[in-house]
Amino acid sequence: MELAARVLDGDKTACARLISLVENESPGYTDALKALYHRADDTYVIGITGPPGAGKSTLTDKLVKLLADSGERVGVLAIDPTSPFSRGAILGDRIRMAAVSGNPNVFIRSMGSRGHLGGLSKHTANAAVVLSAYGCSYIFVETVGVGQSEIDIAGMADTTVMVLAPGLGDDIQAIKAGVMEIGDAFAINKADKEGAGKTYRETLASLDFKTDWDFKPPVCQTAAETGEGVEKLLENIMAHKTYLYNSGELNAKRARRKAAHMRDIVRDRLTRRIERLIASKADVLENGADPYTLADELIKERFQ
Amino acid sequence: MRPIRILVAKPGLDGHDRGAKVLARAFRDAGMEVIYTGLRQTPEMIAAAAIQEDVDVVAMSILSGAHMHLLPRVVRLLKDEGVYDDILVLGGGVIPKEDIPLLKEAGIQEIFTPGATTAEVIEYIQNNLKRALG
Repeated sequence: MELAARVLDGDKTACARLISLVENESPGYTDALKALYHRADDTYVIGITGPPGAGKSTLTDKLVKLLADSGERVGVLAIDPTSPFSRGAILGDRIRMAAVSGNPNVFIRSMGSRGHLGGLSKHTANAAVVLSAYGCSYIFVETVGVGQSEIDIAGMADTTVMVLAPGLGDDIQAIKAGVMEIGDAFAINKADKEGAGKTYRETLASLDFKTDWDFKPPVCQTAAETGEGVEKLLENIMAHKTYLYNSGELNAKRARRKAAHMRDIVRDRLTRRIERLIASKADVLENGADPYTLADELIKERFQ
Repeated sequence: MRPIRILVAKPGLDGHDRGAKVLARAFRDAGMEVIYTGLRQTPEMIAAAAIQEDVDVVAMSILSGAHMHLLPRVVRLLKDEGVYDDILVLGGGVIPKEDIPLLKEAGIQEIFTPGATTAEVIEYIQNNLKRALG
């Protein structure tokens, strides 16, 4: 049986192989994704993001355990950064996922960012398509540790959870643009550490600046290590899910996601063609003209 | 060419992972994607991770003395799941000489004992993968 059919049949080895095929852009990967895409919306995608060391993996572990223990099949895509020099990576998110890593209801896949910026890898969304077809009713996507601008997850996840921890900056950090704006739910982790209450209050205050929320992101305190507050966080995630379903926003969000996915594919394919075109025109770079003129000429010749 | 994916695992109960971390870092610098599981992994967890992560190599470091039990058990599980033919299984750590032939017979392809350099291990991996990097 071909790989895609085996994935639909719930074969875990085939699922793992197909994710590799996609990640490596091996021949046939697009056809396989085409055969699986009809299942893409059968899953609910939860993004877990936040700065390095905030406790994303530990929280993910605890959230996944709650869902898996209630009988759901859960997928996890955990992204860690790839070295720009050696192209190697240490994918260490499993270290803190010991509670679920032997659970037959859970499928965890670590991915290197492989040069992609934005907090995810280029093929994270496609890996989620594979996991959905494999039968995961929930998929957790844990981003690389983010700074201030890595917001790809918001385009991919149905619910984005922003994980913060005390001691990472003053209250101005909480009102800056960027990652703080994409949380549908907030977890102030390491609630047992000094300063957690302050971070909690600052986060609440930052959300009060906006008054016309359709769904105001709930904020809760967690201590992922002990599991404290994790059930509350899952409740908050589910409250957002219910809001998305009841308001019709889920369909709108997924339509936007599909459009963005298509845009990425088109952009990727055109980029490859442009790279080939530019490579074949190495000689124009030597004719002394400025880059604006050269670009005009190249586009006129090929696209107009 | 795709990167080599390698699972670095610490089976059993010993709490010493300095060697495993040094190797993980060396593998990273050699361009590999290293899935590092951390301490106290059961053979079942290691096999499940190897399958889900679709790795080319499983490298296990063990210092507790339980290698004769734990390492062959991982091989057994990988065979049962039909993936052993694709995965190079390696062991390392404090392992008595007389145990090495038995471990190899059980399907652990190579054993690296204290004194082996990271360069040796990396070269061995690059030359003995079971799947093409294509």
